[in-house]
Amino acid sequence: MDAGWDMVWDVRDVVTAVLVLLAALMCFAAGVGLIRFPDVLSRLHAATKPQILGLMAIVADVAVTNFSLGTLTLAVAIVFFQSLTAPVSAHLVGRAAYRTDHFRRDILVVDELTPDAPRNVT
Amino acid sequence: MIARIASGLVPFLGLVLLWMLLWGEFSVLNLLVGIGFALLVSATFYLPAVRLSGRFNPWRALVFLVRLLADIVVASLQIAWVAVNPRYTPSNAIIVVQLRSRSDLVMTFTAEAVSLVPGSIVLDLDREQGTLALHALDVHSADELPRLKREVLATERRIILAAGSHDDVERLRAAESTDKKSADTREATS
Repeated sequence: MDAGWDMVWDVRDVVTAVLVLLAALMCFAAGVGLIRFPDVLSRLHAATKPQILGLMAIVADVAVTNFSLGTLTLAVAIVFFQSLTAPVSAHLVGRAAYRTDHFRRDILVVDELTPDAPRNVT
Repeated sequence: MIARIASGLVPFLGLVLLWMLLWGEFSVLNLLVGIGFALLVSATFYLPAVRLSGRFNPWRALVFLVRLLADIVVASLQIAWVAVNPRYTPSNAIIVVQLRSRSDLVMTFTAEAVSLVPGSIVLDLDREQGTLALHALDVHSADELPRLKREVLATERRIILAAGSHDDVERLRAAESTDKKSADTREATS
């Protein structure tokens, strides 16, 4: 390999390292949020959301390191379907938690869905 | 008529494309097997056809996707910071947003896009009223609510401009001009 190719590999390594680090940070934050957030609805934010960016980073990372049409199309398919399904699962759990009152009403600034619910019920 | 045919054809072609994406190669054999499986799947798991609007603006769709990606990156970092911030105090809000469109497709995409961006989860959706109920993380005062609602409406606006029907686009324009007028009169009276 000549010097030109080495340069390309160096750039790829840097991109890979940054993406993996970003994904790891997102997963870490999701784990911390899962423990620290006080109720089901808040925890859902931590459990479903930073993970999307983490997944995007990991998949982009795989696509960069093994660049081919096959991996690229598979990466697009993975991100597309994960983005479509993650909000649905979050919505279902959130709706169930809301309807069965499994959340802390006292930390809400406002609840426009049932505005006259008593505030001190937990 | 064209919209009707497209409404059936687009999910079908999507299935064929998915098959080829999963195999990662675009060959004639793959295309034929994909068509076969797409026929099988759409016959066994029959779903009522979603009416497409018959209008699609690729440039607006690109604007929507790029903006969505940017929102996801920014909001993910914010939520990650909220999670690890040592001085975090829990404070959330549940807000109800009145959407402008009544189209199922636009409402679905808006709900998906809004809940994909970290910081908001769709709790409930009223199809007749056209409202979205959201749970928003880390909202500390009622002053932040108008900004959150504006962001949801802006997302809906980008989706309508990308793939909404002509009807929806006109309703959006009408709603925006009345909003502007009422804002102007509010400023004039205050």
